[in-house]
Amino acid sequence: MSIAVNITQPLDDFSLQVDLALPKKGISAIYGVSGSGKTTLLNCLAGLIRAEHAQIAVDGTVWQDTHQGLFLPVHKRGIGFVFQQSSLFEHLNVEQNIMYGAKRRGFARYATEVKEAITLLGIEALLGRRCASLSGGEKQRVVIARALASAPKLLLMDEPLAALDDQRKQEILPYLEQLHHRLQLPIVYVSHSRDEVSRLADHLVLLERGRVLASGPCMDMFSRLDLPLSQAPNAGVVLTTCVSHYDSQYALAQLAFNQQYFSVVTEKVNVGQQVRLQIQAKDVSVCLVKPAQSSILNSFEAHITEISVIPGAQVMLKLTLGQHTVLARITKKSADELKLEMGLVVFAQVKSVALLI
Amino acid sequence: MGLTETDVLALFTSLKLAGISTLVLLFLGTPLAWWLARTAWRGKFLLEALIALPLVLPPTVIGFYLLLALGPAGPIGVLLSVFGIESLAFTFTGLVIGSVFYSLPFVIQPIQNAFSALDERALDAAASLGASPVDRFFSVALPLARTGILSAAVLGFAHTLGEFGIVLMIGGNLAGETQVASIALYEHVESLNYAAAHSLAGVLLVCSFVLLLGVYGLNKRYRIGAL
Repeated sequence: MSIAVNITQPLDDFSLQVDLALPKKGISAIYGVSGSGKTTLLNCLAGLIRAEHAQIAVDGTVWQDTHQGLFLPVHKRGIGFVFQQSSLFEHLNVEQNIMYGAKRRGFARYATEVKEAITLLGIEALLGRRCASLSGGEKQRVVIARALASAPKLLLMDEPLAALDDQRKQEILPYLEQLHHRLQLPIVYVSHSRDEVSRLADHLVLLERGRVLASGPCMDMFSRLDLPLSQAPNAGVVLTTCVSHYDSQYALAQLAFNQQYFSVVTEKVNVGQQVRLQIQAKDVSVCLVKPAQSSILNSFEAHITEISVIPGAQVMLKLTLGQHTVLARITKKSADELKLEMGLVVFAQVKSVALLI
Repeated sequence: MGLTETDVLALFTSLKLAGISTLVLLFLGTPLAWWLARTAWRGKFLLEALIALPLVLPPTVIGFYLLLALGPAGPIGVLLSVFGIESLAFTFTGLVIGSVFYSLPFVIQPIQNAFSALDERALDAAASLGASPVDRFFSVALPLARTGILSAAVLGFAHTLGEFGIVLMIGGNLAGETQVASIALYEHVESLNYAAAHSLAGVLLVCSFVLLLGVYGLNKRYRIGAL
């Protein structure tokens, strides 16, 4: 399955013009500030908006082709759609909501798809409840389960966490991560939250005023110095790695990292488990000699592959260690005094690492 | 209370008229309200104003035009005579037609309001879950608008019960056929039979009040504007 989207659709003060090919599995995040056209793009893909000019084909099936005058209505696209605000049917209870889509796609209550959706989102205990009695977080979980129970070919999510407070977000994120790991289902996820994208996305599409600025694997995109992602105050990279050891005395997880190891203080994780790390550029400093007797646990040898001057008399360094890349933001003064240049081998010290499981 | 046999018959005719008119109104009004709530048609306000006319027009005016239209020489009368149906003026069917016009705004507006207040996302979600437009109307829109529809039914019923001017014009005064309670009451007053008028007026007052209690009780519970 592949998702080919070519859309031209006028918006208020600019027009959405995208030509994208999204991967057939994993989470593709459409990332951009509010008003950049993300939701319009998603609605066109879903068929909730009939784009003025569009060629949309998913898995070889044409969903829209304005040249041929083809338009497949929403209810025939076999999608799941999760809105920012809960879209539960208030006149039905939780179980009836779950079964609404499942029934229409021919799944009974005991079908594997339905049972799996209910377990995956942990809503067994909510099935008999009325929707009005659910919390915001529970509602979104039911909405996601309802979409999954109809076994969609493609799941579209429009800022599913944006309407929730931080605590509720943290409550749902693990379920989304589970979804990501357990299902083969391709997901297109619209978000303006860097945190959510870092945690969830495999593929990242940067949207700015209706145009695609860049599109590619999430890990690569975060380390590109030519994109505005690296200009943000919280710029940094996301790395995938494996837990190689867990020290319960110090609550330290050791992560394998290009024949070197990273230590991260964290709750119990399983050895062998795949994890995501987020390393912000502001937390990385560089030394010319190997640091000794430092309180900073993590330092590693890397070489400078790119240097870019950024506003505020600062310099962004791209450091490469094997196939991995880390960004470091230092002052222009330090860069000059250390005579940093391309290809130079340095020791990077990482003050803090966020573990995104 | 001393209700005569004719009074009971008139009350029964009123209830029958209100019941049948309400059913017809719900059947015609619900799709019309749905369309009005969702159309982007610019001329919508014309139709809305037309539907709202009975709110301000003296019922005798509607009755007068209906009398002309339904009579043997009127456009509807002529049309009906082609099918071998005689004039509908002074018949129960004629009364139902009049009532439908007369109570239309009371039914359309609450339903239209309820449909307009529907969460668009619920309908979009239903579409994404595989429900066709007709399916979405019956499985999502109607149930979510149910209090509005119930309000509309009660208001339409109560309003038809209080109809007078139109009946006077096109109904005539045939006991058991077209004599409704409000006309019977008028007759009692005309013949200075105040005792009988009291009984009938009392029954109508209580009926209407109880119906409106129902509407406002519903609104208090569900916060859906009736009018």
